Amino acid sequence: MSEYIIRNGHVFDPVQGIKGDKKDICIKDGKIVDKVGSSAKVIDAKDKTVMAGAVEIHAHVAGPKVNLGRIYRPEDKLFSCTPTKGMERMGGGASIPTTFKTGYEYAKMGFAVAMEAAMPPLFSRHVHEEIRDTPIIDEGAFPVFGNNWFVLEYLKNHEIENTAAYCAWLLNVTKGYALKVVNPGGTEAWGWGLNCLTVNDPVPYFDITPAEIIKGLIEANEYLGLPHSMHIHPNNLGNPGCYETTLDTMKLAEGIKAKNKFGREQVLHLTHTQFHSYGGTNWGDFESKAKEVTDYVNKNKNITIDTGNVTLDETTTMTADGPFEHHLTGLNHLKWANVDVELETAAGVVPYIYSPSISVCAIQWAIGLEIALMMKDPMRCYITTDHPNAGPFTRYPRVYKWLMSEKARKQQIESFKHKDKVLSQTAIGTLDREISLYELAQMTRAGPAKSLGLAAMCGGLKPGMDADVAIYNINPDKPVANPDDIEKAFSRCAAFFKSGVQVVNNGEIVSNGNKRTLWVNVKAKENPQVARDINEKFVKYYSMTQANYEALGHHFVPNPYAIEVDATQV
Amino acid sequence: METVTITMKNAPALYLEADTISPDAFAGKSAAQIAELPVFEGNVPSTLGKYFEVSGNAGATAADTKIVVKGDAKKVKYIGFKMTAGEVVIEGPADQYVGAWMKGGKLTAKGDVGAFAATAMKGGELVIEGNAGNYLGAAYRGDWRGMSGGKILVKGNAGSDTGMYMLGGEITINGNCDVHIMTHAEGGKVTIKGNAASKLGGQMVEGTIIVFGNIDVMMPGFKPNGEVELEVDGTKAKFAHFIGDMGERHKKKKGVVVYGNLYKKI
Repeated sequence: MSEYIIRNGHVFDPVQGIKGDKKDICIKDGKIVDKVGSSAKVIDAKDKTVMAGAVEIHAHVAGPKVNLGRIYRPEDKLFSCTPTKGMERMGGGASIPTTFKTGYEYAKMGFAVAMEAAMPPLFSRHVHEEIRDTPIIDEGAFPVFGNNWFVLEYLKNHEIENTAAYCAWLLNVTKGYALKVVNPGGTEAWGWGLNCLTVNDPVPYFDITPAEIIKGLIEANEYLGLPHSMHIHPNNLGNPGCYETTLDTMKLAEGIKAKNKFGREQVLHLTHTQFHSYGGTNWGDFESKAKEVTDYVNKNKNITIDTGNVTLDETTTMTADGPFEHHLTGLNHLKWANVDVELETAAGVVPYIYSPSISVCAIQWAIGLEIALMMKDPMRCYITTDHPNAGPFTRYPRVYKWLMSEKARKQQIESFKHKDKVLSQTAIGTLDREISLYELAQMTRAGPAKSLGLAAMCGGLKPGMDADVAIYNINPDKPVANPDDIEKAFSRCAAFFKSGVQVVNNGEIVSNGNKRTLWVNVKAKENPQVARDINEKFVKYYSMTQANYEALGHHFVPNPYAIEVDATQV
Repeated sequence: METVTITMKNAPALYLEADTISPDAFAGKSAAQIAELPVFEGNVPSTLGKYFEVSGNAGATAADTKIVVKGDAKKVKYIGFKMTAGEVVIEGPADQYVGAWMKGGKLTAKGDVGAFAATAMKGGELVIEGNAGNYLGAAYRGDWRGMSGGKILVKGNAGSDTGMYMLGGEITINGNCDVHIMTHAEGGKVTIKGNAASKLGGQMVEGTIIVFGNIDVMMPGFKPNGEVELEVDGTKAKFAHFIGDMGERHKKKKGVVVYGNLYKKI
């Protein structure tokens, strides 16, 4: 493999505490090294910013609901198609891009890793086929557990060992990465026409509460010592006053310590926090509770969050929170698709327009930014748009712009039709913090990598780590003249190396790299009861056999990268 | 106003996607520059000059530019695409998407046009002297935002799905129409001087349909609401009034529920 030396760039690396110093970065055999030979190819990064490849902790980029969005929104591809060009295949789609465009767009912004945030286990094969067809970036997928019949039945009696054994089995057969929980109990309750809007609402038939599911899955996660923590989309998403449910959810993690060998410190990751930080009782008195939520997270070190920033675009919402999507189509009257996944979960899809002239949308925009600006430790708060729910991931550079420039925020606030309402219902107007390049590297690289248990592999530029290096056209020595320059620089890397291969040059794709599928291979103790239960569920309830369930072999996961976990000794 | 005449000299073997035939794309260009404008034949990139003889230079702006399309353009799509001003005259037939996403100016098609003419039209005037295809003034596939402004006159007949998801503007059809008129519409007006087939106003929330001739089958979701006298294009006549689609949600304006209106000449 080629050797490279990236000279004279301003390096921002939270892993080594480098804050913009001029430093050479050496790459050899796909890894960062201390030095390279004289034949190494020199890349001049003078007056440029150098960071590790970015890590996406939560996006919906592969699988049946993403594809359902593509199928039922042909208009999303209107005027957004790009023809074949050089290394690039044709692509299209604005909020739900094709797999190829997804890989290219992430790479052009300097992303090395992206996590698909909700994999229905039954359709893991589909998820992996799309991951396989998404070039360049490493991807993993989080199977959903919060409405799974096995989990509900075991946790009803607080059987942590059985839950853990089942989770380990499911991660292995679906080639999954982490335990994802979406509206715990609520999606299952919807099968009875109900929902769980607090952590204490009982789930019909199963006679269990969301609180028991959440706490049980945190315990199972730590019992196994998985690289990532339980990753939760709590109950009551998107409703005025939902922040109380969010606080109740986080309180369930109190007193639980992380147990793993990956350096992860949190036991609960709260995702798209923006959607869970609403106060008020209706859409008229709707207000921000970002302060209450971030105050709690700031105090409790065993929690990490991501933001879920609204980008003020037309987009496509999609979630395993089936009842929420049904509620949303009732609000905006746009087309609605819904799928039930037997025994496991459900999903819904509805297009949504975050209009700057609607006060609720403008307030949502402010809340997402408030969360990032109010979080004291950037290593525990990561920037996402919950792609494509609050906006497409291609808008990250714009979110960075708003976070890094008070001027850009002021300009946006000035342009809102209901500017006064935004200022009265949120604290966005009082926040003068501007995220620094170092903090940005924490929020988009080192932080999410640590939360995912990948700190030894990516998110930094320490010798020995994967050589994911992004070079941006930003000179930190010079003040930014126009906030739009920030957006422009982060939209297209000057150069990007993924695992030591240059994949982007001057914003253009120059290689399809060497994409991998990250998954967690858990060796768990033999558990005959769980094995028997799995067998019985397939015989009695599933519409497919166990032999057709597993995502295995070259077709589904051609380039696996397994993270080994040994839970046989616990 | 400057006139650019483009004459078909070398008909394409496959369909030509010529979204550059519009006063906006031509504005400020010489005949030679216009001949260099990009088009697709099938999936192969090409130039306008390969198929058309271009004569005359364009005006400085779209408003100062008139385009005359001569010869057989029945395999040419997207003529007048997104035009905002100026004039286009198509002397013969044309294929799909004539005047699609058009915002202003005047487009006259003297022959027949294919489907999806005036897709999501926002403004301007479209006159089709021949027949229109299906989905006239409709929304793009999957979209819920159809024609929202401007005027369309069809002197011949129109196909099916006219005004699907229509939000505003007016369509007048002098001849007959096929099935599905103003499906899902939330505004706008379609006048049919000839006969209509069936499924008029299915899932219509708001808007107006006026039919002078016969309707083969009425939608069960429409309810008789008496008779009214209307003046349409200078013709005064008595019409039977129906409201619907009763199966859809309907907004209230000033406390009164707003329905879609269907008038049939008695």
